[in-house]
Amino acid sequence: MFTIVKREEMAEGTIILNEIEAPLIAKKAKPGQFVILKANEEGERIPLTMADTNPEMGTITIVYMVVGKSTAIFRDLQVGDSYQDVIGPLGKPTHLEKVGKVVCVGGGTGVAVLHPITRGLKQVGNEVICIIGARNKGLLILEEQMHTASHDLRVCTDDGSYGHHGFVTEVLKEVLQSGDIRLVVAIGPVPMMKAVSNLTKEYNVATMVSLNPIMVDGTGMCGGCRVTVGGETKFACVDGPEFDGHQVDYDELILRLRAYQEDERKSHEHYCNIRDAVKS
Amino acid sequence: MAITAEKKGQKGRVPMPEQEPKVRARNFLEVPTGYTVKMAQEEAARCLQCKKPGCVAGCPVGVDIPGFIELIAQGDMTGAIRNLWSKNALPAVCGRVCPQEVQCEGKCIVGKKGEPVAIGNLERFCADYERENGSGELPPKASPTGKKVAVVGSGPSGLTVAGDLIVKGHDVTIYEAFHKPGGVLVYGIPEFRLPKAIVAQEVNFLARLGVSIQCNAVVGRTVSLDELFEEGYDAIYVGVGAGLPRFMNIPGENLVGILSANEYLTRANLMKAYKYPEVDTPIPIGKNVVVLGAGNVAMDSARTAMRLGAESVKIVYRRSREEMPARKAEIHHAEEEGIELFLLTNPTRYLGNDRGRLTGMECLRMELGEPDDSGRRRPVAVKGSEFELACDLCIVAVGSGANPLLTSETPDMQLNRWGNVVANPRTGKTTKKGVWAGGDIVTGAATVILAMGAGRDAADSMHDYLTLGW
Repeated sequence: MFTIVKREEMAEGTIILNEIEAPLIAKKAKPGQFVILKANEEGERIPLTMADTNPEMGTITIVYMVVGKSTAIFRDLQVGDSYQDVIGPLGKPTHLEKVGKVVCVGGGTGVAVLHPITRGLKQVGNEVICIIGARNKGLLILEEQMHTASHDLRVCTDDGSYGHHGFVTEVLKEVLQSGDIRLVVAIGPVPMMKAVSNLTKEYNVATMVSLNPIMVDGTGMCGGCRVTVGGETKFACVDGPEFDGHQVDYDELILRLRAYQEDERKSHEHYCNIRDAVKS
Repeated sequence: MAITAEKKGQKGRVPMPEQEPKVRARNFLEVPTGYTVKMAQEEAARCLQCKKPGCVAGCPVGVDIPGFIELIAQGDMTGAIRNLWSKNALPAVCGRVCPQEVQCEGKCIVGKKGEPVAIGNLERFCADYERENGSGELPPKASPTGKKVAVVGSGPSGLTVAGDLIVKGHDVTIYEAFHKPGGVLVYGIPEFRLPKAIVAQEVNFLARLGVSIQCNAVVGRTVSLDELFEEGYDAIYVGVGAGLPRFMNIPGENLVGILSANEYLTRANLMKAYKYPEVDTPIPIGKNVVVLGAGNVAMDSARTAMRLGAESVKIVYRRSREEMPARKAEIHHAEEEGIELFLLTNPTRYLGNDRGRLTGMECLRMELGEPDDSGRRRPVAVKGSEFELACDLCIVAVGSGANPLLTSETPDMQLNRWGNVVANPRTGKTTKKGVWAGGDIVTGAATVILAMGAGRDAADSMHDYLTLGW
């Protein structure tokens, strides 16, 4: 069973961290890889890139934002509860290589995914600057951990409640102008990854992004996760989840991510209504 | 004998009762409802009990067809199912999904002058009768050999290998990537054609025999073949199926509303999305649906779309009716349910709106030219015949290739140029020591029964290897 051994609420309860017993996956997983989780018999298969693994303890860590019915069900799972199914590790691991000066840019739950990659890039000998952002101070996650994982952490908030007042791209621009950046890794909401990639293209700096499109099996069987990269169709689950940020068709990805938006909204509302009714 | 044949042949086949097309086109219950004992015995009496039965030669696993039919005629249903089981571990499945018209029934002598004996229906009857009325007694097992076998994939070939090797006394573990066992029987074939409770029962039968089933185990990712050997397995069977969807590779294919049949059917069948929002996995509901392709998977997709409430469902296929690869029964059922066939038609591009959603497709009319490599007449585009077909959902069912997930992680197992595993056609032996393979990952997308036949051959060869050392 995939039992939750640790649970933390972050960002005012909108983001949840779960450490889950999954010894086989923990033994194999590398930074950048993802798992698929299913809470119960009727549950949906939800892909999430792992935020950490602990091979000795046989656990993996996931961090997710509550956005729909499936993640609302995840939120209700407490320490000692189990996910019915966890499948992985899936996707290709991040290629960790010493290239020199590197910038890691993270937004939202993307910061959690970025954490092991940042740590890995530092471990192999890169000088790592990290830029993380959120709408406001309360929504910022893993600041301390990112501080430890990098050499230099910059923080941004959209409302100016903490750190730089503005977007991560503004800070990134300053850093890029200082020169000799060899690689940028950007993980976060699609519009953020798009903005980062547009900017780094101007400076001709290689950029890697991690995508999380809609998928079912995660093993290359359904093709639901197809993305256009450099004019070619790729399956994010087996060809990715990481791609050259300058080649990704973000606009198509945004549209594809909205495929079930209406269904999901209704189903989430319905679930919350039932849940509230049961509680009261 | 001639007189008997004449007399028996004159009698038509006993039809299997079915749900009315209009009713069933909107529900997910099984379409044919099964023979009663009386119907089965009446149909069984039509068999001529040929001395040299063509039907057996036409069966990929060599079921003793006259034998089990004779036992039904005599009312010995236990004997009949035992007879079937000795050659076929999944009769409830095969009775429902085998292409009998080109196999056993296609070779039936009664069929020369009239309708062939309904072998598939009788096989199904036998399995269903046992499930509902049988003792549930397990077949005898040989004493333990102490050898361990891993079976990768729980589709028809993997289940066959597991069933064969467990009764021969080996320790068998099945590794399945999905959260539920059954492979294509669970994710691919719809409820209305093969109820999932039946597949679950077949799998449960193996579990009762002692087969261990590990779900959520993606071999090639969670664990590699070499790691399985390190864990102490003596032999491995790879039956991972043809899990790589083919697309048309025409402009607009990534619009929202275009799904591979794999995705559409996996949502509907494995994830039970037809019950959404009772379950959490959604499925796109099309008003005007186009299905590309004309095999069984295309028919399953089209009939699923109809059941999910489509106003129109069209099968678009570039060849003619004669070349349609689906079972005759599936085409017949689909047409009865109101699915239209757009034959000799080929899409050239998809059309979408500003929200990136599918609104239609541009097609060309085709005509048949000279035969191609497959021996079928090659479809050739008719110049200037472009026309638009409005649709808001398109399911691409033009075949599956070999999924590279496991094979790319196993460099010492030889592949052919299409990425299929190279295996000895008689034994299923691969170029990697201790590893056998069969089913779609070897042959490319084929049928349940051919995969089972490959599993049977591989199991025999694996047994020799485990007991005799070759």
